Amino acid sequence: MNYTLLFYLSPNEFSARSDPSKRQAFWGSFVPYAKALRDAGVVVGGAGLQPPDAATTVRLSNGQRQVQDGPYADTKEQLGGFFIIDVPDLDTALDWAARYPAGAGGVVEVRPNLPPME
Amino acid sequence: MDARRAVEQAARDSYGRLVAFLARRSRDVAAAEDALADAFRAALETWPQSGVPEKPEAWLLTAARRRLIDEARHAHVRAGAVPTLLAVADEARELAGTETRFPDERLELLFLCAHPAIDPAARTPLMLQTVLGLDAARIASAFLVKPSAMGQRLTRAKAKIRRAGIAFELPDAEELPPRLDAVLDAIYAAYGRGWDDVAGADPRRQGLAAEAIDLGRLLLRRMPAEPEVQGLLALMLHCEARRGARRTSTGRYVPLSEQDVARWSLPMIHEAEQLLMAASRGCGTGRFQLEAAIQSVHARRAVTGQTDWETIALLYEGLVRLAPAVGAWVGRAAAAAEARGAATGWALLEAIPPAAVESYQPYWALAAHLLDRMGRSEEAAGAYSRAVGLCEDPAMREFLAGRARVASGQTASVPGAEHEP
Repeated sequence: MNYTLLFYLSPNEFSARSDPSKRQAFWGSFVPYAKALRDAGVVVGGAGLQPPDAATTVRLSNGQRQVQDGPYADTKEQLGGFFIIDVPDLDTALDWAARYPAGAGGVVEVRPNLPPME
Repeated sequence: MDARRAVEQAARDSYGRLVAFLARRSRDVAAAEDALADAFRAALETWPQSGVPEKPEAWLLTAARRRLIDEARHAHVRAGAVPTLLAVADEARELAGTETRFPDERLELLFLCAHPAIDPAARTPLMLQTVLGLDAARIASAFLVKPSAMGQRLTRAKAKIRRAGIAFELPDAEELPPRLDAVLDAIYAAYGRGWDDVAGADPRRQGLAAEAIDLGRLLLRRMPAEPEVQGLLALMLHCEARRGARRTSTGRYVPLSEQDVARWSLPMIHEAEQLLMAASRGCGTGRFQLEAAIQSVHARRAVTGQTDWETIALLYEGLVRLAPAVGAWVGRAAAAAEARGAATGWALLEAIPPAAVESYQPYWALAAHLLDRMGRSEEAAGAYSRAVGLCEDPAMREFLAGRARVASGQTASVPGAEHEP
């Protein structure tokens, strides 16, 4: 069964991904995590996302398009990346979520995917 | 004592015994818990005004009885339950009025939770909830399960107990061994969840280890001559004795072989050794005695200054035969590597079916260590990375990453490598 792990990052964690003094620590633990996922053969897909200031949001209401700078949700933690994994059950998906090497305040949301459309 | 604290104290001292008493008679764990929850709620409202009653347990029992009677009146659909509930209420009233302490039937409750008709995944959580009063959200966090799913699992298990009319009695001699095994497994599983939380900093698992040890003691009081019960308690005490030595003062991971023995708890080790000795006089060697014996050999380093790896390897040999599991296989390989060299340990590791270790972090950590010792540094780096990626515990992750950096010879350039113990 497919689950999506959604990784929410604080502004600090977003900056740790690119800040020269912190990036080694960040990727030093994230890369092995991603590799362990791949080596276990559970990864269906996924991507890391650019920070929320790179986001553009398109709204459609009554046929009108509204384009805005920035992410859709105005929250402190923002989506920083995701993995889609194929594991037998939710408990296994939660195990993988718990291994995410988050700094302080990291959050992983685990959602079962809808079955693929015919 | 202020009233609020008195209620908390009563909950700590008597919760399990009150649930056991009420559930045994009503054969309905959920109803017993509900009635008791009401009683505690009433205590929180009443005691601050009227003062703490002289016999808090009796007061709570009376209050729970009232709720059970209400329940009986409203339970038209379950007509059969009414007479039982009324009988419970009567007995509760009698007991509340007498001087006798009401009976401790938590052990019966433990065995009920381990009944083969109950979903194995629900047994430990059920014990933690009914005997220790932990709420479903906390249990779900400790077991890394969706809280609503854990709630349902517990509800289903309680419904099963009621509907199937599972007897609330200690199993007879024939049925006892498998049921006892399930009880021991469940207590040890609870201990394991608490053990992972080294610093006691994780509120989700706070005190879980201590609660598991309490259950072990409870079991031992009622089955004082049962070697596996002694073995389990000895095992938990040996592990618990090292809690203070497993991290440095700054929170860094310290492997067992490098722990400062001065920070081990000698009283706990002593108690564990007494238990293990008593167990060895009984008949039949079991899994928990072997595991406790392994920890006992480690504990001897406090006296001799060294670790007898050959004995540990032998004990693991026995454990692998008696209770084959991935943890025992990896432990055997680690001990064999220490006693007879990395290549011997590696051969044992390689013999483990790959599917069993795909996401088992201790396997990859040991594989990395042994590959490194054999000079196969490229493979070691791959295994280290896998082990780091499988860590849940930040301190362990930092420790393994440090080892990996030393192994790959990049100690000078990487910040943080000076943390290598």
